[in-house]
Amino acid sequence: MKPKALRGAREGDPPAGRPPGILLLPALVGLAFLVLPLVGLLVRAPWSTLGTRLMQPQVLDALRLSLVTATLATGLCVLFGVPLAWTLARVRFPGVRLVRALVTVPLVLPPVVGGVALLLVLGRRGLVGGWLDSAFGITFPFTTAGVVLAETFVAMPFLVISVEGALRGADLRYEEAAATLGAGRWTVFRRVTLPLVAPGVAAGAVLCWARALGEFGATITFAGNFPGRTQTMPLAVYLALETDPQAAIVLSLVLLAVSVVVLAALRGRWMDASK
Amino acid sequence: MFKRLAAASLLLAVMAGCGGIEDGGSSGTGGGETLTVFAAASLTEAFTALGETFEGSRPGVRVRFNFGGSSTLAQQITQGAPADVFASASPATMATVTGAGDAAGPPQVFTRNRLVIAVPRDDPGGVATVGDLSGPGLKVVLCAVQVPCGAAAQKALGAAGVEVEPVSRERDVKAVLTKVILGEADAGLVYRTDVEAAEGKVRGIEFPEAARAVNEYQIVEVAEAPHSALAKEFIRLVLGERGRAALSRAGFEAP
Repeated sequence: MKPKALRGAREGDPPAGRPPGILLLPALVGLAFLVLPLVGLLVRAPWSTLGTRLMQPQVLDALRLSLVTATLATGLCVLFGVPLAWTLARVRFPGVRLVRALVTVPLVLPPVVGGVALLLVLGRRGLVGGWLDSAFGITFPFTTAGVVLAETFVAMPFLVISVEGALRGADLRYEEAAATLGAGRWTVFRRVTLPLVAPGVAAGAVLCWARALGEFGATITFAGNFPGRTQTMPLAVYLALETDPQAAIVLSLVLLAVSVVVLAALRGRWMDASK
Repeated sequence: MFKRLAAASLLLAVMAGCGGIEDGGSSGTGGGETLTVFAAASLTEAFTALGETFEGSRPGVRVRFNFGGSSTLAQQITQGAPADVFASASPATMATVTGAGDAAGPPQVFTRNRLVIAVPRDDPGGVATVGDLSGPGLKVVLCAVQVPCGAAAQKALGAAGVEVEPVSRERDVKAVLTKVILGEADAGLVYRTDVEAAEGKVRGIEFPEAARAVNEYQIVEVAEAPHSALAKEFIRLVLGERGRAALSRAGFEAP
């Protein structure tokens, strides 16, 4: 390809030319692998009884709880995760590599183990939870707040990693210029850095929300399972699978449909905004 | 060049992997056979011991266990998982396998398990009888009614005439046990074998109404089992003297 063609291309546009087969073939295999299980769900779905199954109050309860908790968890992730990502990318301190590795622990940890770990720290007899209970009478297990905490724990690394990546990719000269003009670090962060990495924050928040919406292991372990209070959609799906696989398929489809609609809508808006 | 080599070695590795699976699934009569047993999670301790006994008396034979929730295992079998033996914690889950024509014969009852109240060692809720479970402010966890231990709990509590408002309906009995061990729950209904397996971390309280909801464990050879002869031998071992001894050590009752 000639450099001339490159220079003429607008940022964000894919380069011209036929995509090479050596990339396209594995891409198609990968896509099929991701999409086929979804097709399996669609094929096996009990379409004739779909309406009556959907109208059951437990389904709506679980869906509402899932949406509320995933959104709150995403809020917590942004509130704490963006400053954490900024610290990792912009502050030099000893052990930064170790801290960066620790941030990804929830990604590696099986969620059920994460749930047990949360119980050991925030449970009624946990390191912090015991004190919260005796001093303020606050307990998290078996509460909706517990669901939000479990989801936040599992989803936060997605936000931190994607925001830190955006921060490392951002041009430091803008921040330096602002500083030279007399802006303090907080002002630089608020007025320059944050707008620069906004697409990264948005992408991270979307990942976070999707992960929180599908969260199962840590939630059921830390917060338990009670309809209307801690039973989110994935928990309802799991239990339906025990006795009524058809109902489980319906619930999975609802969760999928809602998440695809929300993600597609948000993605379109943010992608347009970032151009 | 390097890329091609890498691709070729990856392909080889994949092919070798497939070969390995085929070997494991073949039913030769010589050594190197592997019997696959799908068993309810509560059988973990007893069956692991029995598996060692089985391997010890048959050189070259290996027993591989897949322990899990009975309903999950039943679904895996009806979807074609390569199992030789299925041991279920409830007749209802066994019925999904026999109903789908995936059992080689009629299932046999080989043991029973009953519910007990499990409380943390220091018993913060002061639970002494099944009636105490309805006390206000007491945090009780039960199994979800969709899984066998939850159905049994519902029946036993119904027989006792006690109305319990649990804080959580857990996905399996081990999850209930965890909540009690960690002290998150003041009480939970688990099987006697679970209290046994917790090795003193929880206290078990028996109650007479549990006799109304005893769980029957059934075992069966899976239809078209890859290792039919071994499957029959293993079932004989479980039903025999040594099987009964291993099960009673784990807290199970005679059938």
